[in-house]
Amino acid sequence: MSITMSAAQGSAGFGGMQARSAETINEPRIAIRNLDFFYGSNRALKGVNLDFPDKQVTGMIGPSGCGKSTLLRVLNRMYDLYPGQRATGEVMMDGENIIAPDMDLNALRARVGMVFQKPTPFPMTIYDNIAFGVKLHEKLSKSAMDERVEWSLSRGALWDEVKDRLNSSAMGLSGGQQQRLCIARTIAVRPDVILLDEPTSALDPISTLKIEELIDELKHDFTIVIVTHNMQQAARCADQVAFFYIGEMVEVSPAVQMFTAPRERRTQEYITGRFG
Amino acid sequence: MSATIITAGTVPGPAKDVQAARALGRRRHRVNLVVKVLCVVATIIGLLLLASILFTLLWRGATGLSLAVFTQTTKPPGSNGGLLNAIIGTLIQTGIGTLIGAPIGLMVGTYLAEYGRSSPLANAVRFVSDVLLSAPSILIGLFVYELMVQPFGGFSGIAGCIALAVLVIPIVVRTTEDMLQLISPSLREAAVALGAPKWTVIVHICYRTAKDGIVTGILLAVARIAGETAPLLFTSLGNLNWSISLSQPMASLPVTIYQYAGSAFDDWVQLAWVGALLITVGVLALNIVARFALRARS
Amino acid sequence: MQQAVAFSASRASRRGASIGDPIFAGLARASGVLVLLLLGSLILSLFIGGLPAFRQFGAGFLFSVTWDPVHQIFGAGVSVYGTLLTSLLALIFAVPLAFGIAFFLTELAPPWMRRPVGTAIELLAAVPSIIYGMWGFFVIVPIMSQYVEPTLIDTFDGIPVLQDLFAGPPFGTGLFTAAMILAVMVVPFIAATMRDVFETVPPVFKESAYGVGCTTWEVMRSIVIPYTRVSVVGGIMLGLGRALGETMAVTFVIGNADRISASLFSSGNTIASIVALEFPESSAGSLKLASLLALGFILFVISFIVLAISRMLLRPRLKV
Repeated sequence: MSITMSAAQGSAGFGGMQARSAETINEPRIAIRNLDFFYGSNRALKGVNLDFPDKQVTGMIGPSGCGKSTLLRVLNRMYDLYPGQRATGEVMMDGENIIAPDMDLNALRARVGMVFQKPTPFPMTIYDNIAFGVKLHEKLSKSAMDERVEWSLSRGALWDEVKDRLNSSAMGLSGGQQQRLCIARTIAVRPDVILLDEPTSALDPISTLKIEELIDELKHDFTIVIVTHNMQQAARCADQVAFFYIGEMVEVSPAVQMFTAPRERRTQEYITGRFG
Repeated sequence: MSATIITAGTVPGPAKDVQAARALGRRRHRVNLVVKVLCVVATIIGLLLLASILFTLLWRGATGLSLAVFTQTTKPPGSNGGLLNAIIGTLIQTGIGTLIGAPIGLMVGTYLAEYGRSSPLANAVRFVSDVLLSAPSILIGLFVYELMVQPFGGFSGIAGCIALAVLVIPIVVRTTEDMLQLISPSLREAAVALGAPKWTVIVHICYRTAKDGIVTGILLAVARIAGETAPLLFTSLGNLNWSISLSQPMASLPVTIYQYAGSAFDDWVQLAWVGALLITVGVLALNIVARFALRARS
Repeated sequence: MQQAVAFSASRASRRGASIGDPIFAGLARASGVLVLLLLGSLILSLFIGGLPAFRQFGAGFLFSVTWDPVHQIFGAGVSVYGTLLTSLLALIFAVPLAFGIAFFLTELAPPWMRRPVGTAIELLAAVPSIIYGMWGFFVIVPIMSQYVEPTLIDTFDGIPVLQDLFAGPPFGTGLFTAAMILAVMVVPFIAATMRDVFETVPPVFKESAYGVGCTTWEVMRSIVIPYTRVSVVGGIMLGLGRALGETMAVTFVIGNADRISASLFSSGNTIASIVALEFPESSAGSLKLASLLALGFILFVISFIVLAISRMLLRPRLKV
């Protein structure tokens, strides 16, 4: 039950790895109040209250089926695609309730981007992949678009690898490169929030490391929410961690505290591997 | 049930009769062999039939191949005619029929895969499309006759095009729906997550992903209508003179073959074989191209 | 991020793009409705076109075996008989053949042979029906009249019932030959469906049967066929539906007679062939044309029933 801790300037060791957590938690960019979510008549999320701090990384952990991905998909109204799924409560961002029926979904998704577990490059050139999202929301000249593509790929840690083959098909990239492409694609529309749904679970360790470094970079400009099965990843990447169990949010704490001295018994049991 | 002690290794019943088992086994093997031989024979028969058809076409058709076939129009027997107007007529009617039918089929397939899915309306459309797919093509011909020939008082090329379009639609519907349904939901969600409206997702992402399969479906539809005779008998009728006017009866290869083959004139019969060879080569080529392209994709 | 201001300005102008959704969705739905209208108007046009004949001859039209253009009395009997007889006879020959081919393709053929042979069978299905008609007329009919029919006539001569069934001058054309041509046409459809359906049997089932020592045929008979029974019947009905409506393959060889005779070798007509053959001589608005359209309606009803049953049987197992 004891976890080694070296409390030096807010970093904590967890299994020997360095955490990059922040000292203080910022003001919330998105504030969830009393959120319930239903698949048909089945209530998958119960009374969730959670703040996502601005320009910091919030990690969501918990066993399979506990609602973490469901919550993530509420944040960009992805559930709207599927009849029978609905949410009640308040999800406030910039003064608006995201889950209100009159919310402009396309505009919302330009502000809240999502990267999926499985890399999903579009069947187009690398350039067009990036340009696709941008064209939906902005009218850019060719040179401005070129600039944007380069900027996105650079911030997505992919530019050096693909700068000479922007017009080749994106399907020819490796898995890790494809996922970075998806991240670059998401950044290209300049959202405020980036949602990551287990972004590295389908990738090899080296790609995983690259993407975690990327996340650390990106949080300077974007608010990030990451769902992960991998607690070490949450410890490495997140500033704030929320633990979910069977549709309820059990505890939310700064990362250091979550993994060294969690308040709730259930949290502690999950973290120490009593159940998974 | 007397108190029998059943020890391990004792199975009730008579002792294993090795002789009987072997005899039974031999018999079963004989039966198996007979069935296998019959199946091989069946397959050989099937292949022989195909070979016979192709060989007959080649033998009887190739002997009549000449430049005149492609440069001369259909003429009275004994005048050294060709099949030019029939060939052009088939190309025109097949082309226009596909041009009309394929987009409609594409939209219906899109509706079924993306909008209706398993709603009652979509199920009805799916059922009707399947019925149209397998309905006798002669009835399609009668239908278009009632619709376009009788009211307007004449057979016409455009009526032929419409009849062929009706045949194309259900084929394209089927392949489009199947191809669109193969697309993984996460690809769609990725586009939606960027803020794309539904029609953009469908047109720019789904169509692009399913492009090869959809094109294959259209090619197969073209191959099907290129060889159809019955619907054209009641719509474009055929024309022994040169005409590319859509408002006049129009010649086509299948109809010309039909008229020539049943005639009593040797040179007409010969031309019928040439026409048959041309159609078969075209249709089989399209099929092979389409199927190999589809297999390469999957 | 000073670009944020310009960003939100251009973002607002894109609201208009959401008109695309209702338009596209409307187009999609409308095209679906169009397909429904298409079938509806097809049924309607055949029925209305045939109404004069139905009115004139009543329900008896279905069974009357008179087809007399001179006295303007028409009946569906001859052609319905021909349609049903040729199709059923075709199935009797086609189903075993198709089964043999499907069994061969799925169990017996070595892997390298499966693709080419399978493709060859599929190509048979792609050959246009008029080619079958020509091949039937110029190749099969002589064989029938010189070898097959005389042999059968002699073999059954003297046996009651059978001698009347296989009787008459061996013209080579007629119902029997038409059925043979139809059988050849239909074999690839049924074989391909059977093969696809056989391949859906989970290997586990077959392996457990092999595991207790079954021969290939026994696995087929006791595992594969019962598992796929429903779909196999569905595939056969699909072939039947095809055979019922075939025109060009049949028209060349059926002989165009307007009466029913006992012999299978006699000439006859199917609905499709009589419509194709008699249409050129029917003037618009005439009773003859109405009778032909009425025949078309009857053919549609028969095919529809067969196709609906086949679809019901096939859809759950196989995406057909």
